[in-house]
Amino acid sequence: MISGRTLAQGAGCEDKMSPLYINEVSCCYLSEEDYRALGISDGKNLLLTSPHGSAVLRAGVDKGLPQGMVFIPMGPWANMLIGTDTNGCGMPGFKGVEVEVTPTDEKVLDIRELISRGR
Amino acid sequence: MILQIEDVLCTFCGCLCDDIRVEVDGGRIEKVRGACRLGSSKIMGHNRIKSPMIRVNGSLKETSYDEAYRKAAEILVSAKHPLLYGWASTTCEALKKGILLAEEIGGVVDTTTSVCHGPSIIGIEEKGLVGTTLGQIKNRADLIVFWGCNPSEAHPRHTLRYSSNACGRFTPDGRKGRKVLVIDVRETRTARNADRFLRIQPGTDYEIISALRMIVGGKAESLPEDIAGVSRKELIEIAEMMKGAKFGAIFFGLGLTQSRGRYKNVDNALSLVSELNSHTKFVIMAMRGHYNVTGANQVLTWSSGYPMAVDYARGAPYYNPGETSCCDLLSRRDVDAALIIASDPASNLPRGCVEALAEMPVIQIDPFENPTTLFADVVIPSAIAGIEAEGTAYRMDGLSLRLRKLVDAEYPSDVEILQAILDNVRRLRDDN
Repeated sequence: MISGRTLAQGAGCEDKMSPLYINEVSCCYLSEEDYRALGISDGKNLLLTSPHGSAVLRAGVDKGLPQGMVFIPMGPWANMLIGTDTNGCGMPGFKGVEVEVTPTDEKVLDIRELISRGR
Repeated sequence: MILQIEDVLCTFCGCLCDDIRVEVDGGRIEKVRGACRLGSSKIMGHNRIKSPMIRVNGSLKETSYDEAYRKAAEILVSAKHPLLYGWASTTCEALKKGILLAEEIGGVVDTTTSVCHGPSIIGIEEKGLVGTTLGQIKNRADLIVFWGCNPSEAHPRHTLRYSSNACGRFTPDGRKGRKVLVIDVRETRTARNADRFLRIQPGTDYEIISALRMIVGGKAESLPEDIAGVSRKELIEIAEMMKGAKFGAIFFGLGLTQSRGRYKNVDNALSLVSELNSHTKFVIMAMRGHYNVTGANQVLTWSSGYPMAVDYARGAPYYNPGETSCCDLLSRRDVDAALIIASDPASNLPRGCVEALAEMPVIQIDPFENPTTLFADVVIPSAIAGIEAEGTAYRMDGLSLRLRKLVDAEYPSDVEILQAILDNVRRLRDDN
């Protein structure tokens, strides 16, 4: 999993309680092949689990992604999966985290719920 | 009366575009012309925090500025080791006040650099930087390399104003007269506009840079056929492309700093650029995110000698990334209160750090509500720098520019807020 900036994430960056920002950062992107293989076209969400935590996100397709890679716009959902270790240089590993991806019926949390209790 | 204001600076990203036009009517900004989607969204504004607030029995209650300043000062004075974090989206003058405050209370000043280009700065400290200004690149560069960055989404006007598509004095043909190379783990929008896209495996930047250094240094035959999933032949072509440029420029992003290798990736890229200068002119620059993150590093450096993560608890500045940087301080519970200004750690730090932050008293200074507000104990709304308050900011290449005030604000500036908190802190300490 890698996290990073997107246009919609940036445009909502100074209005973070808006649906524009929240919808963008609570969605993860997969390659077309992975999206099809997971069989989530019926609107199911994805549960992403890393060694550091887990989060439920909506899923979309990004044709620029290779198979086996998940991209999440940087924000509170991506950061549920990121560890605090900085390898002694102050920077956590926001990119290159191994995650397990499974379809789920769980819903994507509201930002208030996510901040107060997680997942 | 409608007022047209020309050459407005956009206070969103490190491009700090200075050619925006704004239409003001009745003290409100009605139109923005020339800005990208990110900049327009910020300049046009939206829901503001209306009043200072203090958390009472779990919920935020409106209060006066004086009461908010007093409560903030109480939190800071009673903390053993407070963190003063953010600073990248406000003015240099605000950070100067913040440093005075940190000295007074023995706190740590860290900026969003820590989770952005902090590793780049560590790399530069180790190796030095073959740097330049964006103007030189616009006017001279015939090869632009975007490595682990995606300006199409993060710095939308960068390519047109300063890099791949800009028309300059010796580059009159703009995009047509240049080659553009993108190196990334995914095919970004930026990659789709490149002449050549090299896709690499996540976490292999260091190996790829090392291989390019060997080729540039004339040792290609010692390399294996396959380097971290990329063929030697392809890397030789890329090295030749670099050596063959009259003036090459690498822009690098968080693809280098946030993945495996961190500052060592940057250190290696700086060496590559240094060595390319044996063959041609080559420069390198970090794609800084927030509009004044470069300024925050400048102010901290001229004040303390260190660019970020400066701890004043010992009475003299102390700097050790990995110990005094915000994520480490939070995850180890080494701080016990926080003042958050012009940033949103609840969204942008790893969950473990956010949980630590939520456990301690938090003061937030920001024009806008964001997820950090959800657990802040004192919330102080401020004027937006560059729109409602003037000040100084540094563009990503280190050029300092003056931000103007475009409209009157109902809110005090960050400088005024910090001065008021500082006055309250000094008063409390005198009383004790």
